[in-house]
Amino acid sequence: MEPRDGIIANKSKVLEVRGNPEATSILHVGIVTRKGLFSGVMVTQYLHLNPTKIMKNHSIQLRILASATMLAGVAFVTSCQKAPNPSSSEVPKETVPKQAGTLLNGSGATFPAPMYLRWASDFHKATSDITVNYQGVGSGAGIKQFTDGITDFGASDVAMSDAEIAKVNGNVLMLPATAGTIVLAYNIPGVQGGLKLSRSDYVGILLGTIKSWNDPVIVKDNDGIALPNLPITVVARSDGSGTTAVFTAHLDAISPEFTSKVGSGKSVTWPIGVAGKGNDGVTALIKQTPGAIGYVEFGYAENNKLTMAALQNKAGNFIAPTIESGAATLASVNLPENLRAFITDPEGANDYPIATFTWLLVKKTYTDANKAAAVKAFVTYGLTTGQAIAPELGYIALPANVVTKVQTALATVK
Amino acid sequence: MACFLASVLTIVLLAFIIGEILVKAWPAMIKFGLGFITGIQWSPNRGVFGVLPVLIGTVASSFLALLLALPLGLAIAIFLSEDFFPAPVRQVIRFVVETLAAIPSVVYGLWGIFVVIPLVQQYGAVLAAKFGFIPFLAGPAYGNSLLTASLVLALMVLPTITAISRSSLVAVPYTLREGSYALGATRWETILSVIIPTAAPGIVASGILGFGRAMGETMAVAMLIGNSQRLSWSLLSPSNTLSALLANQFAEADGIQVSALMYAAALLVVLTLGVNIAGEAVLRHTQKATAGLR
Repeated sequence: MEPRDGIIANKSKVLEVRGNPEATSILHVGIVTRKGLFSGVMVTQYLHLNPTKIMKNHSIQLRILASATMLAGVAFVTSCQKAPNPSSSEVPKETVPKQAGTLLNGSGATFPAPMYLRWASDFHKATSDITVNYQGVGSGAGIKQFTDGITDFGASDVAMSDAEIAKVNGNVLMLPATAGTIVLAYNIPGVQGGLKLSRSDYVGILLGTIKSWNDPVIVKDNDGIALPNLPITVVARSDGSGTTAVFTAHLDAISPEFTSKVGSGKSVTWPIGVAGKGNDGVTALIKQTPGAIGYVEFGYAENNKLTMAALQNKAGNFIAPTIESGAATLASVNLPENLRAFITDPEGANDYPIATFTWLLVKKTYTDANKAAAVKAFVTYGLTTGQAIAPELGYIALPANVVTKVQTALATVK
Repeated sequence: MACFLASVLTIVLLAFIIGEILVKAWPAMIKFGLGFITGIQWSPNRGVFGVLPVLIGTVASSFLALLLALPLGLAIAIFLSEDFFPAPVRQVIRFVVETLAAIPSVVYGLWGIFVVIPLVQQYGAVLAAKFGFIPFLAGPAYGNSLLTASLVLALMVLPTITAISRSSLVAVPYTLREGSYALGATRWETILSVIIPTAAPGIVASGILGFGRAMGETMAVAMLIGNSQRLSWSLLSPSNTLSALLANQFAEADGIQVSALMYAAALLVVLTLGVNIAGEAVLRHTQKATAGLR
């Protein structure tokens, strides 16, 4: 192959490296932009000379350019990993991981992701030698990556099944980290709030047997609210999700008809309505469609100022979704030794009916003692200081007795 | 040599992708067989997988888009290939139409959400109320529906259809046109009875390629079609397409669902490859057929 001239592009100028008869291998350099993103790789070909020699032979600029490219590459990779943190892309040099610190990688549920990210950033400020990366990839993917050993810890809205635990040879602890409720949010023009739905009402709406907002069975429970003659549009999740799993598990528990027609799981087929991707997709559909009702996480509904329905609980009372009613639900749950509890239909008089713990998945035994210590420190932070910020982000802080149980379990991590 | 390697590599890559899909899809193919294609229920929580509603949604949305885009695209192509306006004006129009192809899919999706959905909601309800007795227009009318997705898809395939139709119209030899004028035909008589029939195979090919593009479109469709796997005759009902189904469910799928989704992906590949090969074949045929006239 003929030796060719290579062109190395800098942002402002183009350096040409004349064909050197001695040059041999391929020299990768990149285009450096001020933001630290490298946008491409140029390849020059030489005969009989390795890349380092070319750099020595040809001007110091080349060397600077090459090292800048590598730095930019590293910065690019790290800024990708830390994508949720917007400040990282602006100062690329500081995001190169420090050699001395411990890096914890975790991934999983999207529902608690805002809180885990907040914990990770606050925790890093307090304990600068431990960096925690969390990616909200979904509960299922979180369990998968944890099982495959890609991540140091996982997170899931649905506790791992016995079969999934067997796949990691039992080397997993499921630690409740926070909890949330799932609400039915609606968009009925002229109704600003206060809608109450009985158990048979919301099951009927979701199964498509109640088709209009002024159906007598809904009107009966809502004195003083002028419900319009508007068709009901049910909005569901189109992607598989822990939210759907928790929501359908509740419906499954309260209605045999729902069990036979839909069933429960992360991805189900709804008999009516439309579906959107993610909590945000559902939120957008509800906001946009007059007459819509759909299920989303409480935090999402609150942040997006959706109006939420009060639901009838097992005791027969109508309970509006709030941090307090969610906390009441958690307080009445008796957590077993393995910390795996499914709240399908809470019994307390003031309990909001649809709530769930969300779990962090950690290994019982880590091969790297530093990782074990780091995981312990991070989870301990989350269970103590971290719980205080839960309500402001729309999550329910764990009751004290649950925190104690989780801490006891955490202490066994090696 | 390098060019040859690059092209071989591309072919190997395609074979690898298809092979990978088939390997992953194999368990579902064994388990569900052809029942997968004729099944009307998709319930991952129960291990029931049937893609007929999704297949119908895929073909119906693309076909409807084509039905809307082909006449419009052909009209634009005729206008651009004739000298109704000076060349610079036509160049600008051509550029604008072809720019439509460069707009990212997600932008079409957003535009659909903010512009098309409210329109379909508003007029769809009126249509369903007045003409609801026709199965295609039966209510209740949803904003996120087959119709919404098709309208946006029509706009997305318009540049493909316009560009290929235009080049086949331009390729019609000038002597044919002159001959037609010499026989006393007007301009429109010439266009309708000489130029379009001569360019017809190219125009058909443009439609087929547009159809292929519409079937593979993912993001905009997933945002607009309502993602529902139910059989319905109505254009105003939510529906789903294979690509949107894959985009929605892949991340959280596990076990046999992954395999079933791969099976669906294999079907999509077969469909789009088939359509594209048909389009190419017709296009080749045109070039041969008109070659003798030049």
